[in-house]
Amino acid sequence: MTPTQVDVNFRLCPTTKMNLFQSVTSALDNTLASDPTAVIFGEDVAFGGVFRCTVGLRDKYGKDRVFNTPLCEQGIVGFGIGAAVAGATAIAEIQFADYIYPAFDQIVNEAAKYRYRSGNLFDCGNLTIRAPWGCVGHGSLYHSQSPEAFFAHCPGIKVVIPRGPVQCKGLLLSCIADQNPCIFFEPKILYRAAVEQVPTEAYTIPLSQAEVIQEGSDVTLVAWGTQIHVLREVANMAQEKLGVSCELIDLQTILPWDTETVCKSVAKTGRLLISHEAPITGGFAAEISSTVQEECFLNLEAPIARVCGYDTPFPHIFEPFYIPDKWKCFDAVKKLISF
Amino acid sequence: MQKMLTIISNVLRGSARRNGAQVVSEGASLVVASRSYADFTPEATFDIKKVDLHRLEEGPPLTSTLTREEGLKYYRTMQTIRRMELKADQLYKQKIIRGFCHLYDGQEACAVGIEGGITLSDHLITAYRAHGYTLTRGGTVREIMAELTGRRGGIAKGKGGSMHMYTKNFYGGNGIVGAQVPLGAGVALACKYLGNDQLCVSLYGDGAANQGQIFETYNMSSLWKLPIIFICENNQYAMGTSVERSAASTEYYKRGDYIPGIRVDGMDVLCVREATKFAAAHCRSGKGPILMELQTYRYHGHSMSDPGVSYRTREEIQEVRSKSDPISMLKDRMLSNNMASIEELKEIDIAVRKEIEDAAQFATTDPEPPLDDLCSHIFANDQPFEVRGATPWTKLTSTS
Repeated sequence: MTPTQVDVNFRLCPTTKMNLFQSVTSALDNTLASDPTAVIFGEDVAFGGVFRCTVGLRDKYGKDRVFNTPLCEQGIVGFGIGAAVAGATAIAEIQFADYIYPAFDQIVNEAAKYRYRSGNLFDCGNLTIRAPWGCVGHGSLYHSQSPEAFFAHCPGIKVVIPRGPVQCKGLLLSCIADQNPCIFFEPKILYRAAVEQVPTEAYTIPLSQAEVIQEGSDVTLVAWGTQIHVLREVANMAQEKLGVSCELIDLQTILPWDTETVCKSVAKTGRLLISHEAPITGGFAAEISSTVQEECFLNLEAPIARVCGYDTPFPHIFEPFYIPDKWKCFDAVKKLISF
Repeated sequence: MQKMLTIISNVLRGSARRNGAQVVSEGASLVVASRSYADFTPEATFDIKKVDLHRLEEGPPLTSTLTREEGLKYYRTMQTIRRMELKADQLYKQKIIRGFCHLYDGQEACAVGIEGGITLSDHLITAYRAHGYTLTRGGTVREIMAELTGRRGGIAKGKGGSMHMYTKNFYGGNGIVGAQVPLGAGVALACKYLGNDQLCVSLYGDGAANQGQIFETYNMSSLWKLPIIFICENNQYAMGTSVERSAASTEYYKRGDYIPGIRVDGMDVLCVREATKFAAAHCRSGKGPILMELQTYRYHGHSMSDPGVSYRTREEIQEVRSKSDPISMLKDRMLSNNMASIEELKEIDIAVRKEIEDAAQFATTDPEPPLDDLCSHIFANDQPFEVRGATPWTKLTSTS
């Protein structure tokens, strides 16, 4: 069931100061209010969730709409698929993206293929899966992962990652409204750190549309989630220290991704840098790089640079060395310019 | 007299490298020999709680015989675990330990009792609340604390942290809930295959008991009669969710269905030991798996990020501490049966405190692992190979 979409210029609506987890709560609040079939479930969501994303919702909407599941990811997603197929707007929470793998089979083999294999007779488009994502400073092997690349390889689902509270609420509401099963990764390090004025009413930001956050003429920088803020700093450093003008693009939707915006930008600048925390081999930057070289081969002035995590498990004590920080990215920009 | 005890203990401890418990009891019995051996009861038999049985005609015995040496050993080990966890709490609050840290204080009787029922050549695997098991399975406090602080002297060379500690025949230390149980079945299969009469103890918590892969493991191990002891450490709360709110059946010892089960008081080290001996005999006789539920309690919250009082009352924690604390229980038993003197136990406390202090000192001052270790041991390699780094021109060499 689709909630009513609010198609306004949301930047003109009344707003409240919210951090990232509050923007999630706001989106879920809007959904539960407007869609009587919406239910939220997952581990510990009832008291508000380990990251406070569902605070107050159970009290407001009742315990049959916001409820806990036992500790069983495969069960949570399988159950969510069933609820979605039967007509409920099912919003499942996986406590950390690192724990999503027991549910991998359900997502890839069941959720993604439901519409296709039934010839459009059935679908689980009402399903949205939310999970905290990315490094947090001390998460180590199993509380820091960015698994978007595993799911990018699966036609039939959508994968979305916001960079801040305003995008988070709009994109989450779009995922919930979208007629396909969606996975929504929330950068956990930004839950408290990112604060913005966010519209209190419901609004959507379109999926599969990348956003050009900053225009530039010399280098295209592409990232998503937390890494956008790193690249923003890199763009400033490049302007100040090298006089280089960078165009910064937030991909927002990983699958299906906005090839047009990225290629248009690279056609203009001739240089591309993609950055993500996930390991470099087989990371999503590889897909972007491959497509861009196909489309913009003759526009390229330098090889496409990817600044990513090392090809190792996400480390315990080595995290500061592992992550693609601003210095590594800045270095890559310098090399792009001087190729 | 007092000084002599300390001197002899120190000398013996200085010459040993590991397993301080052995040393103290040797030291103690040595001194006692020169004092008056008749002063202490060499062994005593205690009544222990009857266990609940599932698909079993008989259970473990209702009494347990404890020797003085065993008593002192268990006391020292439990006290070491207790003080080590409290020290970890302190270091965590000082931000010397970072990341995730799940403390075991309150549950000491489980680790020590289980080890009392098996041998070091048997195998054990557990989840992330693993510091106690790392110690009972042969790790030293120094290595454990250095692993918590991520230094090169750590038991996993500083690369694993709190949740990933390993020693011989101890397979960790696992972060993903429930994932360790099928692994345990695999180890048990290897034992059966190699015909070495060893078994595998596979532990999991009350939260993990709802994971699908555990039921898959029940089936496989029963079908193939694997020598595996499933142990559910039921500390009443899966993070902040009580057992009533997460399980359709809170009788975890019955949830193996066709697998025989026993439910044991996990706060009494003797109960746990007798139950483990019983379970081990069951496995070694070729009858296949058995399930043990240990009813226990943790004083700390789930991890250092959890104060532990939002889902349970301080009164509840206090009550368990005063009525069922495993270390107090053992201490009372030994003192009231004249198996040890209060001074002797105090000496052990002091020795343990010193050991922990030294270990904490080491853990704080040992250097961090070198940067090359970031890429080492990804694969098994004959030759070093290059690992791609954060940028196209950064590469590290991986050696194994």
